[in-house]
Amino acid sequence: MLVKELTSLGAPSGFEDAVRNFIKERATADEIYTDSMGNLICHKKGNGKKVMVAAHMDEVGLIITEITEKGFLKFSTLGGIETAVLCSKKVLIGENSVPGIICAKAIHLQKGDEVNSPLKLKDLCIDIGANDKESAEKLIQMGDYAVFDGVFTPFGNNLVKSKALDDRVGCAILLELMKEDYESDMYFTFTVQEEVGLRGAQVAAFNIKPDIALVVEGTTCSDVYGSKPHNQVTNLGGGAVMTAVDRAAISDKNYYDFIMKTAKEYDIKLQIKRTTMGGTDAGAIQRSGIGVKTAVLAVPCRYIHSPVSVMNFDDADCVYKLAKAVLKNIERSGL
Amino acid sequence: MTTSEYLEILDSKYGVSGNEKEIRTCVNELFSKYCDEVSVDTLGNVIGIKKGKNPSAPSLMIEGHMDELGLMVSDITEEGSLKFVPIGGFDPKVLPGTEVTIHGKEKLFGVIGAKPPHLISGDRKVPKTTELCVDTGLSKDDVSSIVRIGDIITFNTAYTKLDGDMVAARCIDDRGGIAIVLRVLELLSNFEIENDIIAVATVQEEVGLRGAKTAASHIQPGCAIAIDVCHGTSPGVSDEAFPCGKGPVLTMGPNLHSKMTRKLIEIAKRDNIDIQLEVCNGDTGTDAWEIQVAGMGIPTSLLSIPVRYMHANYEIADTSDMETAAKLIATFATTLKEGDCLCW
Repeated sequence: MLVKELTSLGAPSGFEDAVRNFIKERATADEIYTDSMGNLICHKKGNGKKVMVAAHMDEVGLIITEITEKGFLKFSTLGGIETAVLCSKKVLIGENSVPGIICAKAIHLQKGDEVNSPLKLKDLCIDIGANDKESAEKLIQMGDYAVFDGVFTPFGNNLVKSKALDDRVGCAILLELMKEDYESDMYFTFTVQEEVGLRGAQVAAFNIKPDIALVVEGTTCSDVYGSKPHNQVTNLGGGAVMTAVDRAAISDKNYYDFIMKTAKEYDIKLQIKRTTMGGTDAGAIQRSGIGVKTAVLAVPCRYIHSPVSVMNFDDADCVYKLAKAVLKNIERSGL
Repeated sequence: MTTSEYLEILDSKYGVSGNEKEIRTCVNELFSKYCDEVSVDTLGNVIGIKKGKNPSAPSLMIEGHMDELGLMVSDITEEGSLKFVPIGGFDPKVLPGTEVTIHGKEKLFGVIGAKPPHLISGDRKVPKTTELCVDTGLSKDDVSSIVRIGDIITFNTAYTKLDGDMVAARCIDDRGGIAIVLRVLELLSNFEIENDIIAVATVQEEVGLRGAKTAASHIQPGCAIAIDVCHGTSPGVSDEAFPCGKGPVLTMGPNLHSKMTRKLIEIAKRDNIDIQLEVCNGDTGTDAWEIQVAGMGIPTSLLSIPVRYMHANYEIADTSDMETAAKLIATFATTLKEGDCLCW
């Protein structure tokens, strides 16, 4: 699985080129094309149902909104990032990966309430070491994107830390799934702009008009110190995660039961997501056209949307195996 | 080598206050290239002596501190995560989402996690260090076989060159100071100078200027220059700060010997060396505070490098300020002759 290679690329919402190009070179399909939004669609022809398998290419990131007179960069977020994880982190800006550090006022200089007040995005900026606006503009333009410098680092018990596991792990799984043969008419779809509101998937689903869709994701996991079991959402090492209900979609009940049954039959570890927070491309796909039966399989990721998201390789493997089994048997599912 | 190259080497070694072994070994080797004698004292300060021609000329001690901030393991949780307490003063706001190294029986990688936006509702709060922990990715049993309570945790950052001569690094405070000491030794290596130069890398500055106190008492140099960092101007910080790239900052006030400091200013003027001046009415919060009153008292000056985001994961400074500081100190060192009177 190409998780390492895929997470090393910088591609926040609206700037997915690097990931799209990477996948395009490695995709194995009868027909590969990019739609007007930038979604990459890899069609493997089959005689059965039209099945869309989707993972999003974009990651959360930043966008440069202003270069100050003194050469510092003001920014907004692309997707949901807690301001708390930004302070004093290294980011890489634009296609040339210009390094910058998100500023952090020295603790010695913080007065009164400042010490205990959470940081506000408007107070932060990126320092690229430029002397002034003119020097900064030689390297950076307004509208450039920035991503975390979160190198893929295996550690602990079969875990890996990296930025952008959400959803490069999904992209990596799709690239593997694509190598298999299926009866169904398969559309492996790599979507754009999931993190800013499921934008790519909406257009892709409209064009493909699938009968059934499977979304492959990275999802929240909070099985950490200080979290009570009912707040943990998912468990690292607990296997593939299936979503019953989230903010964006309720999984098709028959499809959900079929996945459950398949997991049991193939003896693949499966856990159910224990929150209704968050949303995935399934929300946009489910309600496109005349409606689509959707389900979500996901890899649990601790500290998701931060520079240090963490996943377990076994969980990714479970998602791959279960997705493969589901897709191979979907014609006989009675859906 | 340039100060930037020295800094890159020094920044790659760890040395949290009281646990400076790794950085000490590195400094010891680097000092040995330029000094006639290098020793380590009781507290762990590294002291290198470069002999002058004339034993009667007043010796000059140049020093920076080699310790850095860090964390200490205070407990191992059921999940296999590590609770910690800080060593030195820093801001818990920089901790969420940070990568660390745990210095147990072997070095372990870990992360200080952060809750994602999907799982937070309502007002945000600044995390207390007691609420945070290091995720080792291992079970309690596995961690316990490698890590003990009291082990040290350091921050993983990559030395990063920014625009121009600016760099971002973990502890320019005060590896930048040691880099300057090394650069001065290198600049002086081609000169036969009168006085002894005593290069010192001190321990435990961040927890109360402790190493400098014993080092200075023991060495009793003719005079001393402490090299540390001061705040660099950055967004929201201008009043108590100095711009990066306009030269090192020379401090004046009761903590510093006015005659010696004046001499440094004169040299800077004479040789067109860019410096900035700071006035401090009392404790400078640097090793200079202890050195000045060590033993029978030592005429002391203080040079500081403006550093942005002091004590955060990444500090940023202009390496040209470090080069300038080294040039000024080296020039000053060559002017000290027998009979030079730094007394009143």
